Amino acid sequence: MPASVTLTNLGKSFGATAALTDVTAAIGAGQITGLVGPDGAGKTTLLRLIAGLLTPDKGTLEVLGHPATNRDAVRRDIGYMPQRFGLYEDLTIQENLNLQADLHDLDAAARSERFATLLQFTGLAPFTRRLAGQLSGGMKQKLGLACALLPRPKLLLLDEPSAGVDPASRRELWRIVRTMAGTGVAIVWSTAYLDEAERCDSFLLLDGGRLLASGKPADFTHRLEGRTFLIDLPERQRHRVQREAASLPSVADATIQGRSLRLVLKEGCALPDVAELVGAGALARPTRPRFEDAFVSLLLAERPPVAAPVVQTTSAPSADGIAIEARDLTRDFGKFRAVDKVSFTVKPGEIFGLLGPNGAGKSTTFRMLCGLLAPSAGSAHVAGVDLGRARATARERIGYMSQKFSLYGTLSVRDNLDFFSGVYGLAGRRRSSRIAWAIESFDLAAVADLDAGSLPLGFKQRLALGCALLHEPQVLFLDEPTSGVDPLMRREFWSRIGALAEGGVTVLVTSHFMEEAEYCDRLGIVYAGRMIASGSPDAMKQRFVTADLPEPTLEDAFVGLIHEHDAERQGAAAA
Amino acid sequence: MTSARTFFRRFGGLLRKEFVQIVRDPSSIAIALVMPVVLLLLIGFGISLDARNVRFGIVDENRSVESAGLFQAFANTPYFRPFSFLTSRAAEAALMRDDIAGFVVLRSDFSRRVADPIRAADIAIVVNGVDANNARIVTGYAQGVVATWLLGHRRDRAQPALAPITVENRYWFNPEIRSTNFIVPGLIAMVMTMIGALLTALVVAREWERGTMEAMLASPASMTEILLGKLVAYFVLGLGGLGVSVFIGLVVFEVPFRGSAEVLIAVSSVFLIVSLAMGLLISTVARSQFVAAQLAFLVTFMPALILSGLMFDIESMPRWVQAVTTVFPARYFVSSLQTLFLAGTVWPVLLPNLAMLVGFAVLFLALAIARTRRSLE
Repeated sequence: MPASVTLTNLGKSFGATAALTDVTAAIGAGQITGLVGPDGAGKTTLLRLIAGLLTPDKGTLEVLGHPATNRDAVRRDIGYMPQRFGLYEDLTIQENLNLQADLHDLDAAARSERFATLLQFTGLAPFTRRLAGQLSGGMKQKLGLACALLPRPKLLLLDEPSAGVDPASRRELWRIVRTMAGTGVAIVWSTAYLDEAERCDSFLLLDGGRLLASGKPADFTHRLEGRTFLIDLPERQRHRVQREAASLPSVADATIQGRSLRLVLKEGCALPDVAELVGAGALARPTRPRFEDAFVSLLLAERPPVAAPVVQTTSAPSADGIAIEARDLTRDFGKFRAVDKVSFTVKPGEIFGLLGPNGAGKSTTFRMLCGLLAPSAGSAHVAGVDLGRARATARERIGYMSQKFSLYGTLSVRDNLDFFSGVYGLAGRRRSSRIAWAIESFDLAAVADLDAGSLPLGFKQRLALGCALLHEPQVLFLDEPTSGVDPLMRREFWSRIGALAEGGVTVLVTSHFMEEAEYCDRLGIVYAGRMIASGSPDAMKQRFVTADLPEPTLEDAFVGLIHEHDAERQGAAAA
Repeated sequence: MTSARTFFRRFGGLLRKEFVQIVRDPSSIAIALVMPVVLLLLIGFGISLDARNVRFGIVDENRSVESAGLFQAFANTPYFRPFSFLTSRAAEAALMRDDIAGFVVLRSDFSRRVADPIRAADIAIVVNGVDANNARIVTGYAQGVVATWLLGHRRDRAQPALAPITVENRYWFNPEIRSTNFIVPGLIAMVMTMIGALLTALVVAREWERGTMEAMLASPASMTEILLGKLVAYFVLGLGGLGVSVFIGLVVFEVPFRGSAEVLIAVSSVFLIVSLAMGLLISTVARSQFVAAQLAFLVTFMPALILSGLMFDIESMPRWVQAVTTVFPARYFVSSLQTLFLAGTVWPVLLPNLAMLVGFAVLFLALAIARTRRSLE
C-alpha cells in the first residue's frame, strides 16, 4: 500500500518542552489511521505538522509525495478539521460551505455537485439555512467534516472529531469516514477514546510526545490473548476487592466494569484463586482483550504503578435515606429548555454518573445540584438540605472538583490547601490537621512547596481532589474528572473515589466518557435535556444483548436508548 | 502563481464572510458606530478648558455706584455668575464650601481709588487653586473683566486712561478661543485610533478563540488574503464611524470645518488603515478577546489621550517625552485633523503628517502579515 504520509525521526519543541520526539511512522492511503493518546500526548502537534501549520524542528516529513518544505503543492489535497470543527458560528450551513468552496476555488458546476453529494451524505440537506452556532454537537461535527471533504482531499486530518459528541452521531461519523476510506483517501483520526482505536485499520499510540506503539489494533491486543478475564463481583465491597486484586503479583491490571472485575494477567502468570479473592462460587470468564488493556500493560512496563494510598474519610456516613434527590428539575434559558423534568435519587455511598454528550444538559443539572444555578422549576435536595431554601448550608456539605481543577497555579501546594481550608471555614487545629491529612493521603509531601501550576497533571488532579475534601463533605461532585488523562492516572483516581464511596461519601459524576461511566454504580443517561434512562451500567447493557451482540458495550446501550427515545417521541408526536 | 480569477473568488468569499458576520454579530457595529457617539459626547462635554458660568464672589465693602457697576460687569460676561458678599469672611466660607470658585474684594475706598487718575485701583482676587489650570483661567478672566470695566468707566468720565497703549488680542483660527474647537478634532482622532484597533484585534482574537483561524490557515487562502479581507471589511465599517464622529463634531459641538472634505477622507483613510493594522498586530500576541481588548486600550487610548497633543501641548513636554510621542501615529492624525478643521488645507502641515501615516500603515501591515504567518508556533 502506498504511504500518503511518511514521518522520519520527526521532532517538534515549543520552547523548552518537547511536544514530539523521534516519531517514525507511515500513514497509508485508503485506510483510517487512529492517532491515539491522552491529552498532551502530541496528537494535535502531529496533525498540525502534517497539515503544514507547523514546521518540524527535527527529522523529515513527506506528505503526498512532497517534502514538508513544499506546502503549496499539497495544501489543496489536504482536508483538515481542527478541534471544535473550525466552523463560523454566525454563518449558516450553506454559507460555511460557500466560503470553503470560494477558498478552494471551485467553479459553479463543481460546487453544485459537491454540495449535493455532501449534504446528502451527511444528512444536513434539510438544514442548510440554519446557523452553525445553533447546531447540535453531532451536526456541527458533520458540517465540519463536509467542509473538510469539499475539495476532494487525498488526505483527511481529523482532530478529535468525536470528543463530546453523542454516540449515535459518533457512529454516523464512522460510517461516513469509512466510506471515504473506501475511495482511497488517507484518513488520520485523532482520539483520546481508546475504544475508537480498535475500529481503526492501524494506529499510532502517542504518550508524552513519543510513539509508544503502532500497527494494526488486532496485533496490538493479540499479545494479551488468554490473559484477560471477567469475574462477577459481590454486591458490596466491590472497590475493596478491586484493590486487593490489583495488588496481587500476578495481576497487571484490575478494574471494575459494571458488576464485574476485569483482570489482566502479567505475561506467563496463572489466574489467581478467584474464590479466595471474591468468595466461594465465583468464576473467571475469559474475555476478549481490549485496546486499553494493551495500552495499560505497556505503560506499566515503563512506569511502575504508584501505590495509591487509601483515602481515609472521617465523615460519618449520613443517616439512611437519600443523599441526593432531584425532583422534576427544570431549567430554561430564554426560550430554550436546557433541562426538562430530570428526577433521580442517589443513596449515601453510591457513585452516580450523569452520562451524556456535550450540550445535553448534564452541566446545567450539575450546577443546579451544587447550588450554582437556581432551577426554573422542580426541587433539589443534597445531604438532607433543600437547595431552594438553604443553599449555603448545602454547600458546606458538598465538595466540588471541576474539570479544570480550579487551582491557583502560582501558589504552592500547601498554600492552595491553606487557602481552600480557609474558604471552607476551617480554623485552628482542625484546619492544620485536615491540611496534614490531605498532604499525607494524597502523597503530596514531596511537592508541598512547589507551585501548583508547575506540577504534572496527575499531581494537580490529586491536589484538586484533596482541596475538595478538606471540609469532609458528605457529597462529592466531580465534573469530567478523568477525561483525556492516561488510563493509569484514571485508575489511580478512581481507586481513591471507590475508597471514599466505601467510607460513606456520595459521589456524583458528569461525563461524556463511556470509560468513566463504567466506574459508576448507577448511571443516568442525559440526552436533549431529559434523563432518558437510569440504572446500573450492567442492567443497561443487558437490555441490548442480542445474538449478534452477546457483549454489548455501554456505547451500544447508549445508542440503543437514544433510538428508543427518538422513536417514542416520534410516536408521541404522531399520536 | 495564483490567477486573478482565483484571487478574486477567494478574496470575495472572505469578504462576504466578514460582512455577514458584521451584520449577524452586532458587537462590531456597536464598536464602530455607537462607541464614537458615546465617547465623543462624554469626553467632549466633560472636558472643557474654558471657564463658563463660573460662580464667583464679589465682596462689596464699598457699596457705591462704582462697585455696583463692576458687579454688573461680571454679571454681563458669559464666564461668570457673580454673588455678592458683605464681608471677606463670608466669601471665604463660601469658597471653603466650594460654593464659589473665587472672589474679588472691593475695599471701602474702592470708589475713591477708581476716581484717582494716578494711582491704580487695588483689587484683591482670591481663587481656589486646587485645580491649578482652572485657577489660572479664572484669574485671567477676572482680571480681564476688571480691566475692561475700569477702562470703560474712565472713558465715560473722560478721565485719561492709565495705560497709554492698550493691547488688543486677536486669536487666529479660533477667534472665540473655544477649547471645544480644538479638542473635538483631537477626540475624533483618539476615537478612530481606538475603534480601528479594537475592531480588528477583537475579530481576529475571536477567530483564534473559536478555532476558525486554524481552519483558515490550513486552507489554500494565504495569510495576506485573510488579513486583507478583514482590513477591507472593517475599513468600510471604520469609515462609517468616522462619518458619525465628524457629524457629531460639526453639528453637536459646532466645530468649524475649514479644510477640504476630500483631504479629510484621504487622511482619515490612511489613518484608519494604520489603526486597523495596529489591531491586527495586537491580535498576533493576544489570542483571547479579553486580552486583545486590554491591549488595544493600552496601546491606543492612553497614548492618543496623553501623547498626541490632544490634551497636552507636545512643544511644552520635556525633550525625551517629545521623542516618545513621535512613535505614536495618533499624534500625526491629531495634528492633521486640527489643521483641517480649524485652519484649512495647509499642505506644509498635512504633507509631513500624511507621509508619517503612510509609513506607519506600511510598517504595521507588513509586521502583522509576517507575524501572523508564524503564529501557530
